[in-house]
Amino acid sequence: MTVIEWTALLPLVILAMTPAAAMVALAVCRSYRMTCTIAAAGLLLAFLALFRSFAPAPLQVTPLLMIDRYALFFIGLMVSAGFVVVLLSYEYMKVREERREEFYILVLTALLGSAILACACHLASLFLGLEILSVSLYALIAYHHGIRSSIEAGIKYLVLASFSSAFLVFGTALVYAESGTLEITRMALTVVAPGTGPVLQAGTILIVIGIAFKLAVVPFHMWAPDIYEGSPAPVTAFIATVSKGAVFAFLLRSFSQVDFIREGAIAVFFTLMAVASMFAGNLLALFQDNVKRLLAYSSVAHMGYLLVAFLADGPIRVAAVAFYLVAYFVTTLGAFGVVTVLSGESRDADALDDYRGLFYRRPWLAGIFTAMLLSLAGIPMTAGFIGKFYLMTAGVGNALWMLVMSLVITSAIGLYYYLRVVVVLYEPQAETPTVSAALPAATAALTAMVLLLLWLGIYPGPVVEMIQAMGTIGY
Amino acid sequence: MILLWIILIPLAGGLLAWVLGLRSDRSPRRVCLASLGADLVILLYLWFANLPAAGTGGVWIAQVSLPWLPRLGIGFHLAMDGISLLLVLLTVFLGMAAVISSWGEIGRQAGFFHFNLMAALTGIMGVFVAVDLFLFYFFWELMLVPMYFLIALWGHERRLFAAVKFFIFTQVGGLLMLAAILGLYFIHGRETGTYTFDYVKLLGIAVPEPAARLILLGFLAAFLVKLPAVPFHAWLPDAHTEAPTAGSVILAGLLLKTGAYGLMRFALPLFPAATRELAPIAMALAVIGILYGAVLAFAQTDLKRLVAYTSISHMGFVLLGIFAFNETALQGALIQMLCHGVSTGALFILVGSIQERIHTREMGRMGGLWSVAPRLGGAWLFFALASLGLPGMGNFIGEFLVLLGTYPVSIPMTAAAAAGLILSTVYAVRMIQKAVFGPNRGGWRIADLTIRETGMMAAMMFVILWLGLYPQPFLNTARGSLDRLLETGRTELTAGLSPSIDPGGVHDSH
Repeated sequence: MTVIEWTALLPLVILAMTPAAAMVALAVCRSYRMTCTIAAAGLLLAFLALFRSFAPAPLQVTPLLMIDRYALFFIGLMVSAGFVVVLLSYEYMKVREERREEFYILVLTALLGSAILACACHLASLFLGLEILSVSLYALIAYHHGIRSSIEAGIKYLVLASFSSAFLVFGTALVYAESGTLEITRMALTVVAPGTGPVLQAGTILIVIGIAFKLAVVPFHMWAPDIYEGSPAPVTAFIATVSKGAVFAFLLRSFSQVDFIREGAIAVFFTLMAVASMFAGNLLALFQDNVKRLLAYSSVAHMGYLLVAFLADGPIRVAAVAFYLVAYFVTTLGAFGVVTVLSGESRDADALDDYRGLFYRRPWLAGIFTAMLLSLAGIPMTAGFIGKFYLMTAGVGNALWMLVMSLVITSAIGLYYYLRVVVVLYEPQAETPTVSAALPAATAALTAMVLLLLWLGIYPGPVVEMIQAMGTIGY
Repeated sequence: MILLWIILIPLAGGLLAWVLGLRSDRSPRRVCLASLGADLVILLYLWFANLPAAGTGGVWIAQVSLPWLPRLGIGFHLAMDGISLLLVLLTVFLGMAAVISSWGEIGRQAGFFHFNLMAALTGIMGVFVAVDLFLFYFFWELMLVPMYFLIALWGHERRLFAAVKFFIFTQVGGLLMLAAILGLYFIHGRETGTYTFDYVKLLGIAVPEPAARLILLGFLAAFLVKLPAVPFHAWLPDAHTEAPTAGSVILAGLLLKTGAYGLMRFALPLFPAATRELAPIAMALAVIGILYGAVLAFAQTDLKRLVAYTSISHMGFVLLGIFAFNETALQGALIQMLCHGVSTGALFILVGSIQERIHTREMGRMGGLWSVAPRLGGAWLFFALASLGLPGMGNFIGEFLVLLGTYPVSIPMTAAAAAGLILSTVYAVRMIQKAVFGPNRGGWRIADLTIRETGMMAAMMFVILWLGLYPQPFLNTARGSLDRLLETGRTELTAGLSPSIDPGGVHDSH
């Protein structure tokens, strides 16, 4: 490998070195604050290294990884999200666990897996990234080993993720047997080319199912509510954002050369999943009294929305997906951040009753949660509005009427349950307010999220320009 | 830049009110009143400075255009013509009335209440002056959230149900409109090569036929829900009844006008041919609305609900006037919008003050209020008469002009709509009779209107009388703008329609 290639890989290298460094440091001295500092510093360094990697990009490093601006953008997004998760967890883990230092090592390895997914241009690197991510998540989900629901969620995720990996591997085998390539863009093109045999198509469908499991789109969404509910709140935030974002980045890259309008079968498969996710996600969320489960179903719906842009052709596909993911990251981190901050020592604040009258107890937090919920609903002045606008633009521009209509109808349904939570925040509460301890790190993170949310909603120009400058996907 | 100030002053006032509201319950309303007063002064200055020119001069009285999201062809483009000016004036006027009317009603969270009130007003003003379609949609959606909070947090018994119903109805309409806006955007982009949301540029193309019809339907989905036209009105009675007084004033007085304004500003000039095709259906809906609203108003026992149903009836006249496609009818529609805003706003305020005093809205329990509260009774009588369209009041001018303009287009429609006037007399007289006249069965002993309330009522009466006795300044201000809305259609449809349908409009005699 040449120096240039190392420079391009620098962010990944840093992401790999940081957990190693943290482990070594832990062996010397077991300090919570030090581990957090190492994790935060590593993430910061990795983020800065992204700018060094801009010059050589796009550059293919080994047949496995493609370092282009697209990959760097998503790595940047995920590293920032990881940083926020670290901030959110700082006080949260402090009061809960005896052995809390390893938590950050697992977050860092999960981020490494996600970063690999963002640059994966080969089925081997897909598998590599996915497994690094999943294995870290098993442990993260079940991190509260004293709580039953946490263990249950961990085991569920283990079974389901292994199951979906099996789909993926089997699909890969079939595709390889037929096409003789493991390179994803070439593979995607052979798959959609006319006259493909049933084996190849079956293989592709299996791979897509494997990916759909990770994204939790209908009908592969069953795991989401249980795992969202059982995981520690910051981990839920991580699963909802980084893990899904990484997989979506991979999906988008692999189909970047495919023109969906001309290719019938696979587009129909994706369309069905999108429509089903939008409807099922929103309808199932309607009567949830558990905020984490509600947000889980809402994220199922949001993945469905995202597929609308994914199915649009032309340059708007990447732009719309990228912007929507940014908005979704900010909003979801903010929403789960509020859940994190409100959570007590023994259990997470996931019942709707925990939020009753929040406005009178902690007005700032209630304001932030309101902003996040309105953004999820796509109301102006929030990031979610511009994101939804982008999706609609992509859908209408490609005349995807069925998807656009589903988006309109389900957005209205979705409004109902977001507003339901918002109103609960402002309902008067009879009990005397309990004031919890101040959480400077988490509050700072939340404040940053709400400012970002408003900035993206009111003046999205710079971010839009950045996404456009990110350019096309290298191959 | 003056437009930016007009929009920002109330918003800043609202934010300040929120901050001050944390300390005291009284200062928010003063701040709001002051900021709206400042706006009123600016607007009156603009109006008088442009009065001679507004009818004939340049297209816009004032405009401001800043880049916002140039990559997608989105600009922060605000512009004001005669129509917008009058509607923004109405917004500020009713905004002040709303603040005054909730002087004693809002006990808790006064700061947050006033912030929502001002935010809703800001959104409404934005709707009236935005000429970038993205920006228009932005304001269109923006005004919903504070409105939702006003109903859901400070409303009456079934407030949550009403608030959610209101939000979902308008949101579905709004999203369909967004799809239509995007359709228009892409058609314009493909035809001319420039992708833009700017209204003035979008006016430059003729949208091809099947697409025009679909896009128009998308716009209508939003506008007819807001207006509201039967059968999209189901949200209105609940939302109006459950909202706090200030919320009802804004809903009935201003929010409904945004639907009518959208029809005038966007549907008419952008799709001249398609709107004319749809005109018979729209006029039929309008007439059904006029009669249906009036009949249902008669059947109500809840006073506030009654006033809510009269709105459906009155807004039917506006819809009828817009779809008659001539200057007279359009002028009538605009006057009707202004008068309905003021008179229904006043009626809601009066219902609110009655409810505040006797704690019920049931007409069966009222009666004889005149004897104990003559000022309240007198105001009630005045605005009920305005509502039935008594000559001398503005509402009469509006309805008369609409009927006059509709007559050459369709005699049966005109006749049916005129029957609505009779029905409105029936419910208005019943409303007066049950509430303020008759024996004082409940044995009510209530305080009369305070000086503050009396002053506000006097100002509203003055506006109604002005519009009824000397509407010419208003007509002059809007005439040029209304003409232009019709012109884009006329140049396109030179053949096919007989010119005799245009009776020429009411022109200035001096």
